[in-house]
Amino acid sequence: MPRTRTPVVAGWFAGDGDDFRLLGTRCSACASVFFPREDAHCRNPACPGGALEEAPLSRRGRVWSYTDSRYRPPSPYVTDPELPWEPYTLIAVELAAERLVVLGQAVPGVTVADLAVGMEVEVVPGVLHEDAETIWTTWQWRPTGVAA
Amino acid sequence: MAADGGGGMTEEVAVLGAGMHPWGKWGRSFVEYGAVAARAALADAGLEWRDIGSIVGADTVRGGYPGYVAGATFAKALGWQGARVTSVYAACASGAQAVNTARAQILSGLADVVLVVGADAAPKGFFRPAGGDRPDDPDWLRFRVLGATNPAYFGLYARRRMAVHGDTPEDFAQVKVKNAALGALNPYARYRKTVTAEEVAASAVVADPLRLLDICATSDGGAALVLAGMEFARRHRAADPVRIRAVSTVTPRYPNTVLDLPDIATDSAVAVRPAADTFRESIARAAYEEAGIGPQELSFAEVYDLSTALELQWYEDLGLCDEGEAAKLLREGTTTLGGRIPVNASGGLASFGEAVPAQAIAQICELTWQLRGAAGDRQIAGARVGIAANQGLFGHGSAVIAVR
Repeated sequence: MPRTRTPVVAGWFAGDGDDFRLLGTRCSACASVFFPREDAHCRNPACPGGALEEAPLSRRGRVWSYTDSRYRPPSPYVTDPELPWEPYTLIAVELAAERLVVLGQAVPGVTVADLAVGMEVEVVPGVLHEDAETIWTTWQWRPTGVAA
Repeated sequence: MAADGGGGMTEEVAVLGAGMHPWGKWGRSFVEYGAVAARAALADAGLEWRDIGSIVGADTVRGGYPGYVAGATFAKALGWQGARVTSVYAACASGAQAVNTARAQILSGLADVVLVVGADAAPKGFFRPAGGDRPDDPDWLRFRVLGATNPAYFGLYARRRMAVHGDTPEDFAQVKVKNAALGALNPYARYRKTVTAEEVAASAVVADPLRLLDICATSDGGAALVLAGMEFARRHRAADPVRIRAVSTVTPRYPNTVLDLPDIATDSAVAVRPAADTFRESIARAAYEEAGIGPQELSFAEVYDLSTALELQWYEDLGLCDEGEAAKLLREGTTTLGGRIPVNASGGLASFGEAVPAQAIAQICELTWQLRGAAGDRQIAGARVGIAANQGLFGHGSAVIAVR
């Protein structure tokens, strides 16, 4: 039986290939953008609160900072304790149009040695982990080759 | 009242007693650490537990139900005596909010003398979120989706400082060297050995660019204070007590543009211009405004060095130096014992490890001992004004200014 592909969080991202986007929301009254999505009420204290509409975020941004996880994170991060720990890289990315910073894992194989603050990266679909029934999908950041 | 939570200067409260249980990994209940610290603070104040009209406990999320009602848990351990009870939780600022609750009771006339207690028993390894599937909890989500531990955030901040201000891993290591040397002089510290820059550089990378010895451990510990109104202090013949002049517990202002734990993203600044000062800067500023003093009047500071790089960040956020100048301040020896403004003379979290609800109270214990001239080998000569600052998850932070 084929395994299903399920987003690790529903509604945070959608699309395939070049159409892949993080999904935030935008307040129709004050234009504030929220990611993770805010669906109940605008959090701008100066805003009376408008309808919150889904807003795909910019695909590309610049590295605000980065680090890695040299030790196995605790649950609920899912890892196979039978396998040796493979560090992965975390990148905080500044999106110019939305004026916010979004954290994400780097695509596999990208290490801190490949990165610099200010470097351009783009969001791509990725796999967080897999089990017998499900491929859990997520977003990942990938350098575009454009330097800082 | 100003929008930043400041309402101008307030009256002072007296610190009559300070007490701690040594930090470590003792393998016992947080209740025991808290009770030991409470009895030490009461003895220091020359008061009996039966004399106390109110107890405020700083909660721990790691002790089950008794941890969520820490005030009552400590009151029962000390022996029920009918005191008013309050329990507060505010992440790393829990201890400071407990102090502020006690202060508010004293200044409003609800209580003359209040016992404040915080204690924790920490697990081995990374802090982790509460159990169960809770996809509406940002603390659960950051682990589930990203595996982003607290040190991962510390690593992001450290790398950002390197890129923006030119800090180096060697600068970070020197913070540890300084704090370890000071912690070696503190009988309540968990780590009491000096550390060399080579030892920091040889320790394992946890979250690039930070190594094991750049990052504070999680510890068991307990701390307590006896606070009173100035009139009670006079009647009690405490002629010249240490006084708390300001407690700042402000929240961030939208849009908060610095990535904070446990968030996956910052607020967006697309519709609202961010405030001129960051959240951490605003915590300090609110305390300065309430105390009616500025950073140039400080004798010393205790700051929340969750990592070595974060200690440097605090120098700038407290206004001890201009933005980007913290590593220079450290290299010049300004922030060590004998310097113009010693920071973390206690040894800091580098030497203690973090016992969350006890830590902000422990910082004020150190302010108290320094201001009394009772800090032994780590005494800061002529200490008159001290600040303690911290920041934790979910928009919490605090700054406390004490004087004598």
